[in-house]
Amino acid sequence: MTAVATPASAPSRRRSLTGVIGIRHLATPAVVVVALIADYLWVHSLRLDSIEQRTLNSGYLVGRTAEHLKLTLVATVLIMSIAVPLGVLISRVRARWVPPLVLGLANVGQATPAIGVLVLLTITVGPGVGVAMTSLVAYSALPVLRNTLIGIQQVDPTLIEAARGMGMRPAQVLWRIEMPLAVPVVLAGLRTALVFCVGVATLATFVNAGGLGDIIVNGIKLDRDPVLVTGSILTASIALLLDWAGGLVESALRPKGT
Amino acid sequence: MSDHASPTATVPAGTVPAGTGADADGETATRHGARIELADVSKIYAGQEEPAVESFSMVIPAGELVCFVGPSGCGKTTTMKMVNRLIEPTSGRITMDGEDLLSLNPHELRRRIGYVIQQIGLFPHMSIADNVALVPRMLGWDKRRTAERVDELLHLVGLEPGRFRSRYPRQLSGGQQQRVGVIRALAADPPVMLMDEPFGATDPITREHLQNEFLALQRRLRKTIVFVTHDFEEALRLGDRIAVLGERSRIVQYDTPDRILAEPADDYVRSFVGGQAAIKRLGLIRAGDLDLLPAGSASLPSVRVDATLRDVLDAIVAHRAQRIAVVDSDGRVRGELDFDSLTAAADSGGAR
Ligand SMILES: Nc1ncnc2c1ncn2[C@@H]1O[C@H](COP(=O)(O)OP(=O)(O)OP(=O)(O)O)[C@@H](O)[C@H]1O
Ligand SMILES: [Mg+2]
Repeated sequence: MTAVATPASAPSRRRSLTGVIGIRHLATPAVVVVALIADYLWVHSLRLDSIEQRTLNSGYLVGRTAEHLKLTLVATVLIMSIAVPLGVLISRVRARWVPPLVLGLANVGQATPAIGVLVLLTITVGPGVGVAMTSLVAYSALPVLRNTLIGIQQVDPTLIEAARGMGMRPAQVLWRIEMPLAVPVVLAGLRTALVFCVGVATLATFVNAGGLGDIIVNGIKLDRDPVLVTGSILTASIALLLDWAGGLVESALRPKGT
Repeated sequence: MSDHASPTATVPAGTVPAGTGADADGETATRHGARIELADVSKIYAGQEEPAVESFSMVIPAGELVCFVGPSGCGKTTTMKMVNRLIEPTSGRITMDGEDLLSLNPHELRRRIGYVIQQIGLFPHMSIADNVALVPRMLGWDKRRTAERVDELLHLVGLEPGRFRSRYPRQLSGGQQQRVGVIRALAADPPVMLMDEPFGATDPITREHLQNEFLALQRRLRKTIVFVTHDFEEALRLGDRIAVLGERSRIVQYDTPDRILAEPADDYVRSFVGGQAAIKRLGLIRAGDLDLLPAGSASLPSVRVDATLRDVLDAIVAHRAQRIAVVDSDGRVRGELDFDSLTAAADSGGAR
């Protein structure tokens, strides 16, 4: 039979991680590298006093950066494993008033200053990594929760109708249709959460949980600009790089054909 | 096999040559339709007082295509969806070849019933092959059998597997997507198909293409099909029977297209038929199905055996001819028809 209309055969759309990295994707790492080098050269050109030397040495910097990354990544994993299933669960609830309620609660979590949560928890359970982690998660979970819910809700209802009509069970509809189509939206939320986490993790220093906040707070307390600037640049670099990596993952995991 | 499914632009509407039978092509033997019976089926939606469907009873003979026509909101979709239990009936019985559908697991039931909707509902993140293979995979077919079936079906609707198999839905035209929607429903060779305005969203030309193709396919497959449409012409063209439905899915008339045109039950049905019932009836009868007059020696304007009597009438008027020759696909003259043949055929109710 003659096909009624034949669209030009579309280029095959392979999306491997390497295929995704084009020139325009290299801008962020380039900016980060330039900033780090500039800071390095600047600090090297100064004569550091003993206080500054105690902070601005590679061992200390790497240690705090590692702590910071660890806080961020662990919090993100926790957020994923709490907020995504919770979002899915809420999307299954028939009662109309439930999703707004949960989103409202999550909003309150985010609107509360993170430092407030931190202080409250510290007063009640004492300082430590656990407290830092809890406030990180409470503060940064909202984007993931909200996007999971929205991602599932925005799936075209006729697709779900078609899937049910073919005899898919509810779980099959969820895993084969709704979740894959929600992935880009969920990942966008995760990316936002990552950046939040990097920022909020600087507060961990107030509960003795380490991280780059140590450097920044030292810089402020001791009035040492090189320390303050280095800590800030490192934090910003991590945020930019994680956001950048998140973007790559997002394009790589976007379902084909959409 | 493409000849079954290739209506060319020159063949008039509804006159696609009939298939020669599935087995003659050496393809998988298809499972023909099952008899469906709905007995006293009602549906009252939660929170509503009036039933959407009230005491609906109908027998759909195996292998027939029944069109539901009726005004918007009269309950066509609701009635249809109770067959695959996307909507659970409030009361009544539905059987398929005697088997009580309400006692089956609904998911397993739906895998045995093809389902096509107006919005098509191809999954955008799956290739065409994966879309078509979904039900066979759920039924546990092995890889090879599934892949072969996908290619066979793509062929069947004129989509070359090599080119289309690994495309994604948005890389297809609307008409092509609609074809895929139909073969996806046919994939596991279900005896029954439910189609809710499947060609409703396409432009008139594509729609006619799809209808002709689908008709040719159905002549071969002989599935039992419930086909919902707003378009009475479509119902005339495709339906073995037409059910004209009124409020709450009340069956006003359930009959062959010819009898609905010839003897509409009441004014309501007459309003669906619209004008020109006699001409429309001629459109249901094929020239080749009549007893032809012996061919004379004169050279006459001709129509093909698969043309309808409406085309014959058109030729008579267009050529101011007394007689029209009927030729088969090789151009050999089978016989002749004149104006009296047409009126006689209309009187006898056609060949359907
Ligand atoms: N989920 C539902 N809940 C409540 N009422 C419904 C529901 N679905 C349909 N109805 C009502 O039932 C009646 C029949 O609807 P149905 O969809 O079967 O009509 P239809 O004949 O298919 O109409 P259309 O030609 O517009 O598609 C309508 O009055 C409609 O408003
Ligand atoms: Mg409808």
